[in-house]
Amino acid sequence: MSGIIPILRLGDVLLTTVHVELRDAVAEAFQTDVLSAIERSRAAGLIIDISGLDMVDSYVARILAETGRMARLMGTETVLCGMRPEVSATLVRMGFPMGTVQTALDLDEGLALLKGANGG
Amino acid sequence: MSITTRERREMPVQSEDDVILVRRAVRALAEQTGFDSFASAALTTAASELTRNIWVHARKGVAILEAVENEARVGVRVTFHDEGPGIADVDRVLAGGYSTARSMGLGLSGSRRLVDDFSLQTTVGEGTTVEIVKWKSY
Repeated sequence: MSGIIPILRLGDVLLTTVHVELRDAVAEAFQTDVLSAIERSRAAGLIIDISGLDMVDSYVARILAETGRMARLMGTETVLCGMRPEVSATLVRMGFPMGTVQTALDLDEGLALLKGANGG
Repeated sequence: MSITTRERREMPVQSEDDVILVRRAVRALAEQTGFDSFASAALTTAASELTRNIWVHARKGVAILEAVENEARVGVRVTFHDEGPGIADVDRVLAGGYSTARSMGLGLSGSRRLVDDFSLQTTVGEGTTVEIVKWKSY
């Protein structure tokens, strides 16, 4: 575990905030760290807060979308929270498919979404 | 309309760190030019894609950042040049979805959608030059 991006546990939800400028190597380490944390914690949900990112290029977007798909395969729902309007506009204009990853405006909505998804 | 350069800066691209440095410099120039946050993010993202393309495919190249103006507007032009392998199937790559190991194949096609002017010159075995311009909107 590289631990550059902290992953916190809140009940049965894992919470991680990506606020640093992601270098490629950090982005890849982040992905494996998150999956290992899911395995260890057996968390039902994963929240990735990206409100601190003022730019998400296709490389970082792919890492985020893939992480969500991988987490789902393991049985954990992912919610991507706090995407800035500039980032959202840029990804859509580029034609980036975020796929099946759920998104929420902020942390509160993200937690509510996961609670709903887990029936309680 | 002719384009005049007001300021020019050449940056090497030969490591992953350079991708980050170029992206920061492009953002700074976009903000200095007076772009709004959406235009800055679009230009910075396009620059990130194209700089990464140099690093991933050619390993070595340059990014030339220019503050430009024409009779009507001010803007930012960035030229990405490498002497790498070149692109064999330009049409397919520009159509998007041409996937390499490190992207969704959106590097070129996506960048093109984020800027106002986009030109690509490439020769297999000789290299690639991509020029993008984004103008400030009033």
